[in-house]
Amino acid sequence: MMSFNALILVALGYVVFLFTVAFLAERRAAHGHSNWLTSPLIYTLSLSIYCTAWTFYGAVGYAARSGLEFVTIYLGPTLVMVGWWWILRRLVRIGRAQRITSIADLVSSRFGKSTQLGMIVTIISVIAATPYIALQLQSVTLSFAVFAQSEGVSWDQPDFVASGMWVAIGLAVFTIIFGTRNLDANERHHGVVIAIAVEAVVKLCALVAVGVFVVWGVAGGPGEMLNRIDQSEIVLWNQDGGRWISLIFLSGAALLCLPRMFQVLVVENADERHLHIASWAFPLYLFMMSLFVVPIAVVGLDLLPAGSNPDLFVLTVPLSEGRGGLAVLSFLGGFSSATSMVIVATIALATMVSNHIVVPIWLSLQGNQHATMSGDVRHVILLARRLSVVGILMLGFLYYRISGGGTALAAIGLISFTGAVQILPAMIGGIFWRGATGVGAAAGLITGLAVWMWTLFLPSFGIDAIISQATFESGPLGVSWLRPQALFGVDGLDPLVHGILWSMLLNTGAFIVGSLLSFPAPLERLQGAQFVNVFEHSSAAPAWSAAATGAEDLLIMAQRIMGSKEAQALFTQEAARQGKAGYLPEVTPDFIEQLERVLAGSVGAATAHAMIGQLIGGSSVSVEDLIAVADEAAQILEYSNRLEAKSQEQERTARALRAANDKLTALSIQKDAFLSQISHELRTPMTSIRSFSDILRDGDMNTAEQGRYAGIIHDEAVRLTRLLDDLLDLSVLENGQVELREQTGQLSDLLDRAVRAAGMHDGVLEIRRDHACEQLTLTTDLDRLTQVFINLIANARKYCDAQKPELVISVKRDGDRYVVDFSDNGSGIDPENQELIFEKFSRVADGSKAGGAGLGLAICREVMHRLGGEVTYVSQHQGAAFRVRLPHVTAAVALEET
Amino acid sequence: MSRKPTPPVFLQRASYRQRRIRDAAKLVPFLGIILLAMPLAWSSGAGEEAIDSAGLLYVFGAWVVLILLTALLSSLMRADASLSTKDTPEQ
Repeated sequence: MMSFNALILVALGYVVFLFTVAFLAERRAAHGHSNWLTSPLIYTLSLSIYCTAWTFYGAVGYAARSGLEFVTIYLGPTLVMVGWWWILRRLVRIGRAQRITSIADLVSSRFGKSTQLGMIVTIISVIAATPYIALQLQSVTLSFAVFAQSEGVSWDQPDFVASGMWVAIGLAVFTIIFGTRNLDANERHHGVVIAIAVEAVVKLCALVAVGVFVVWGVAGGPGEMLNRIDQSEIVLWNQDGGRWISLIFLSGAALLCLPRMFQVLVVENADERHLHIASWAFPLYLFMMSLFVVPIAVVGLDLLPAGSNPDLFVLTVPLSEGRGGLAVLSFLGGFSSATSMVIVATIALATMVSNHIVVPIWLSLQGNQHATMSGDVRHVILLARRLSVVGILMLGFLYYRISGGGTALAAIGLISFTGAVQILPAMIGGIFWRGATGVGAAAGLITGLAVWMWTLFLPSFGIDAIISQATFESGPLGVSWLRPQALFGVDGLDPLVHGILWSMLLNTGAFIVGSLLSFPAPLERLQGAQFVNVFEHSSAAPAWSAAATGAEDLLIMAQRIMGSKEAQALFTQEAARQGKAGYLPEVTPDFIEQLERVLAGSVGAATAHAMIGQLIGGSSVSVEDLIAVADEAAQILEYSNRLEAKSQEQERTARALRAANDKLTALSIQKDAFLSQISHELRTPMTSIRSFSDILRDGDMNTAEQGRYAGIIHDEAVRLTRLLDDLLDLSVLENGQVELREQTGQLSDLLDRAVRAAGMHDGVLEIRRDHACEQLTLTTDLDRLTQVFINLIANARKYCDAQKPELVISVKRDGDRYVVDFSDNGSGIDPENQELIFEKFSRVADGSKAGGAGLGLAICREVMHRLGGEVTYVSQHQGAAFRVRLPHVTAAVALEET
Repeated sequence: MSRKPTPPVFLQRASYRQRRIRDAAKLVPFLGIILLAMPLAWSSGAGEEAIDSAGLLYVFGAWVVLILLTALLSSLMRADASLSTKDTPEQ
């Protein structure tokens, strides 16, 4: 038989072992070897904190008293796990997308990052968890007492209290060391998770070992065991269907709502795919934990003297059979169950208390001073968390002490569950129903809390402890329908079922009615959409306007929460993403949102929101923001208008390009036509020259004939020369190589010269002029100008198709310039050709009539361009009319005189 | 603001199979509720009518069925497709 002191040594050794494991895991994680730390196996094992000492020891006692009913506590979680696709998958995704740190954070985040809701949920959780922690302390001290008694030492109340205190202190130390080391809850507590995984294995092994011993060692095989069960006094099934269903519901809901379960299920979840494995592995674990419960209870009832505490059969059966080692293993199993639950529950609750109660109060005490102004926030939060750990354990210990650790405590496990489950309507409503509002959630939570307190929690202290016997029997102040165990006159229900039923009904009712009647704030609606549509949305609610906040202020604040290295890394990364050098990025709404989410991982959404709110100023969705949104819409509108204008411009350009292209195509066709024309033009004189020179070579003719033929050859040669001259002239003009010889002369003289040179002496074309108007003195290249006039007059002579051709040359003043119009009485030029006549090689009419090669007008245009004037076709005129806009006139004496 | 592309109405054989596995996974808890509600129909009390170890075996048997079914469906489910892609409704 093992001595009590040796047991203490074993327990201490086990604790040292856990410390070592946690320490090594933390170190490995710090070195980046965290692969196996985040495996689905570890995840599943960490879920096993659901099985506390109350289930480790208490399940057997429960089975001894109520038969199969104990199994409901495991069946509820099994149903939730196998139905993971419905709720857990969604919760885990939301937890990761929104960086949720606790269940209070979830509710607070969902309903517009409300501080008040976070507080309410935290308070409910703490009240519900305190008795449960007390229960764990009790079970550990009881198991110590069993060993002490087996040595013949009888423990008194002070011994229990003292050992309870030492256990509480030890747990506080472990939790503070491994649970509040890092601030970012998303970094996860590797040490703690590994330690509880080890403990999960220990407690499973312990229970299975005791079970195997009982079935094969004591009963002699499974068949024998079943016979013994049939013969035992245990009533396996009593037909209280209400309890069966209620408890399955209760335990399933508790899996989701207990802060410690939320911590391991959602917050410590490293990979959503772990749910795949855990969905069946965790039910398997629960199955193994409960498989041997009934056999142990049956054998315990058989072996041990009547009146022994069935809650301790797991310990006392091996002890009574003289299996000291097995008893120690079983003790370690119970110890593991208790400690792992207390550690995780304390971490979860401490996170909630510090994030949703201490920090908001501290922030509001800071008043208008910025969160950055006074000291290190990081330090404050960690301190708050450590103090919360101590406070919560102290509460549990005090509860244990005050309640006296009697059997009353054993009954409180389910009552505690019911308290925690009050969060369920707000949580489920929040993640599935966009219409759920903060007002509704608060109404439901407060109603649920009140009903739970009245019907279950306060009565649990016993009659006359807090609620008097009279109140139990006739209701407060004689209002009988408010009797704590018969609300609204519903009598005859099991008190627990009664409490669960009414608290959940009224809670859900208040939640739904409150939600239907109220209108959510903008942020609440955004968050609601984010949560409910978490699989469609991936980004968080856009909230902050980029008000006048320096990136530096934000950096200072972030450093105080995240630590300077991480904060600077985040800021530098963002600056790099924005393409800025240095470490201070532009404060964009996106960046603020990202920063808020990172901070939320450390201090919770509501607090992060509030801290950034202090820096940015004002609430996140203000009138200014809405105006900004409206401005943005206006900007978008303006932008689209600009786009439209641009597209119109592009269309115009495209039209111009199309026109240019058409023109080019026409020109190309024209050029081809011209090339054939010019070859014809060159060949005609060449042909006559050749044939006449052939005739001359043959001789045999008189002198007159010779002279006539030589004359023809000469004329044709002149024509050729003129054609080549024109081509050369145009080429020179176009290349800008022409030299202008400035002279001064009279316009009338130029016109006289031109008329003469154009060969008007034959009288084919009658020319009308107004000599009075032509008395203008010009200073320009007169020869070139004359050339233009000659060309125009010659054109009229060639192309005017009137019966009696007539050319009017008139000089007019147009603005500060003078124009000379040459208009004939012919049929003019078709509009489609007006564009082309100034192009090279263009000849509108049939070329045979023309002496030139269509270069005249092109030369005119080039000349006028060089002289600083222009020549255009006047389309309004009936016949063909060309207008020569003269270069600047030095003296317009004549016109002004008349 | 472009509208989201509508998910395809008909799926390939493999995707179709995945969808049905997910459907099955969604139904498992309801099967569980039905199985575990059976004891409500049992008669109670001591004596001849008492539920003995057979009741115990039934409950644990149902439990094993649920575990095996979930394990089977989880292993059939393509991890990447089922969790990382959007849960697009079938039309």
